[in-house]
Amino acid sequence: MASESVTNTMAAVPSPSSRRVAAGTSVWGWLARRLLTGVAVLWAVGTLVFIATQALPGDTSTIVLGSTATPQQIAALQQQFGLDRPLLEQYVLWLGHVVTFDFGDSLVAREPVTQLIGQRIGNSLVLVSLSVLISLPLSFLVGLLTAARRDRPLDHGVSTVSLVLASIPDFVKGLLLVLLFATTVFHVFPAVSLIPAGDSALSHPDELVLPVATLVLSVVPYLSRLFRASMIEVLDSEYIQVARLKGLPSRTVLLRHAAPNALVPAVQGAALTLAYLLGGIVLIEFLFGFPGLGAALSEAVNGRDLPVIQAIVLLFAGAYIVFNILADLATVYLTPRLRTELRS
Amino acid sequence: MSTVTTTTPTATAAEAPAAAVSSNHRANVLGRRALRIRQTQIGLAITAVMVFIAFVGPYFAPHDPHALVGLAFGKPSSSMPLGTDYLGHDVLSVLLAGGRTVVWMSLVSVLLGLAAGTVIGVAAAYSRSWIDGALMRSTDVVLAFPNIVLVLLFVSLLGPKPWLIVLLVAAAWAPQVARVARGAALEIVGKEFVESSEVLGVPQWRIMVRDILPNITGPLMVEFGIRVTWSVGLIAGISFLGAGIQPPAADWGLMINQNRAGIVQQPWGVLAPVLCIALLTIGVNMTAEGLTRAVAGGGRKEDPR
Repeated sequence: MASESVTNTMAAVPSPSSRRVAAGTSVWGWLARRLLTGVAVLWAVGTLVFIATQALPGDTSTIVLGSTATPQQIAALQQQFGLDRPLLEQYVLWLGHVVTFDFGDSLVAREPVTQLIGQRIGNSLVLVSLSVLISLPLSFLVGLLTAARRDRPLDHGVSTVSLVLASIPDFVKGLLLVLLFATTVFHVFPAVSLIPAGDSALSHPDELVLPVATLVLSVVPYLSRLFRASMIEVLDSEYIQVARLKGLPSRTVLLRHAAPNALVPAVQGAALTLAYLLGGIVLIEFLFGFPGLGAALSEAVNGRDLPVIQAIVLLFAGAYIVFNILADLATVYLTPRLRTELRS
Repeated sequence: MSTVTTTTPTATAAEAPAAAVSSNHRANVLGRRALRIRQTQIGLAITAVMVFIAFVGPYFAPHDPHALVGLAFGKPSSSMPLGTDYLGHDVLSVLLAGGRTVVWMSLVSVLLGLAAGTVIGVAAAYSRSWIDGALMRSTDVVLAFPNIVLVLLFVSLLGPKPWLIVLLVAAAWAPQVARVARGAALEIVGKEFVESSEVLGVPQWRIMVRDILPNITGPLMVEFGIRVTWSVGLIAGISFLGAGIQPPAADWGLMINQNRAGIVQQPWGVLAPVLCIALLTIGVNMTAEGLTRAVAGGGRKEDPR
């Protein structure tokens, strides 16, 4: 597969070398600046969410309550959001609440947003981390095998299959799995998760199978391409040629000499996967009725539950920024060249 | 992305950017090269069939897609080969009517996003000043939202209107396109022919349009193909959530949402739109892959070992 499409999906996570800083800064200085930009982006995201939800023209109270709302309801809502105050004051108040993780009460569930989200976070974490834990080694294995058999039938076969898999939208893949394994052909797994609220998803393993499988099938085509490309780059380097010319068995060359160096992109790969899955879980959790953050977001959107929408959107954006900083940090830590450049 | 984005330096060098060629010419050359690749041929064929179904299909529908022709979730029969849906409409007729929205919305949103992203990216690269940094930092802000979350946030506030979704999807792509356009343009802005245009006193906008744009056509075409694939998934996904196209309109994503409850009795109500979306995205993505290869294959005859 051409490298362009790999770098393309990586657009959100630039290569480590692009994050090079001017000589003369220490690792700590670099990290401090990175954290600072992260906070600045998060603040800008928050402001955008505020503008969208509170300052946008249009009457928020009728959006939330519908046109049948009574004046009392509207007044109560305006007080809850502070809509009756000047915009700047609203903004400062809102920021203060957000910084202290106070998102108010859900308009639908009538309970604190933090409590509602707290129950869901664990389930989404289980779903996402299981998908990452399966996808990363699997993609690495596929990347290794296809790189070692470059341009042979195995490579071509895998690349065709992964092109097709990468094409199909995630939720459509999920529906195909449901049609295949839960309804018409086989009846192996439940089509919809029936995990009671407050129950951990881990205690219902069979209801995790199809959602996790869908996410794995969505991520592996991209990640394995990434690993294949990085493996090929390593295999083409001189030290591998030297190892081959020394007459080392090809298995040793592949596993001992090449594979460890092809692993560095795994860090960016993992960050990329996590960032991708943040968006991915919205449709997949809705599809399987999985009680996580993604399903909570689509429920909130359908119920016009503004406080919940605000909280989840900010949480997703924050997680995205944190994943990226962690990935950069790990890449710098794992790549001696970058470390030296930062020090010198 | 200073000096390090030189993964295909030989390819670009071999195609020695000549200032005189127009974007159209470059696109034609790349298009013709892509057409010789089998993936493009298969991809284009599938895409053509699906687009044909989406736009011409409604005229061949056996029933009115809004007419109740049977019981809900009825099994396939001779007059209704795909059975009936959750209300009793003919699934085949709804299917034939439901492709148009997703196709035009995806296409228009990508064209808008591509245009906006190219303007931002080229301007950032050519400005060579603080404007570059400012533009790129503002793309960071949009990129922090997962695409679907960005769209859902504004749709929940402004209502599920098709044009709004098109604009939001375009806004989701623009920063990503801008990064690609900027990266490609950075390699061009330092070239001699750009400098000579500057010395000659050619206006800046003209340099951007005449000198820079034609030389980044390749990456932009690749972007176009990939983004169309993802737009179809995103737009169909939003309708699937119930936040996109609203009933009584017919739409593939919406059909899946409506007929999901009957997936066991009458799987066709879900399977048919699922297959249509899958085929459309496979077709578009294979075409995009062919384009990618044509662009990456550039001046090289074979894969250097």
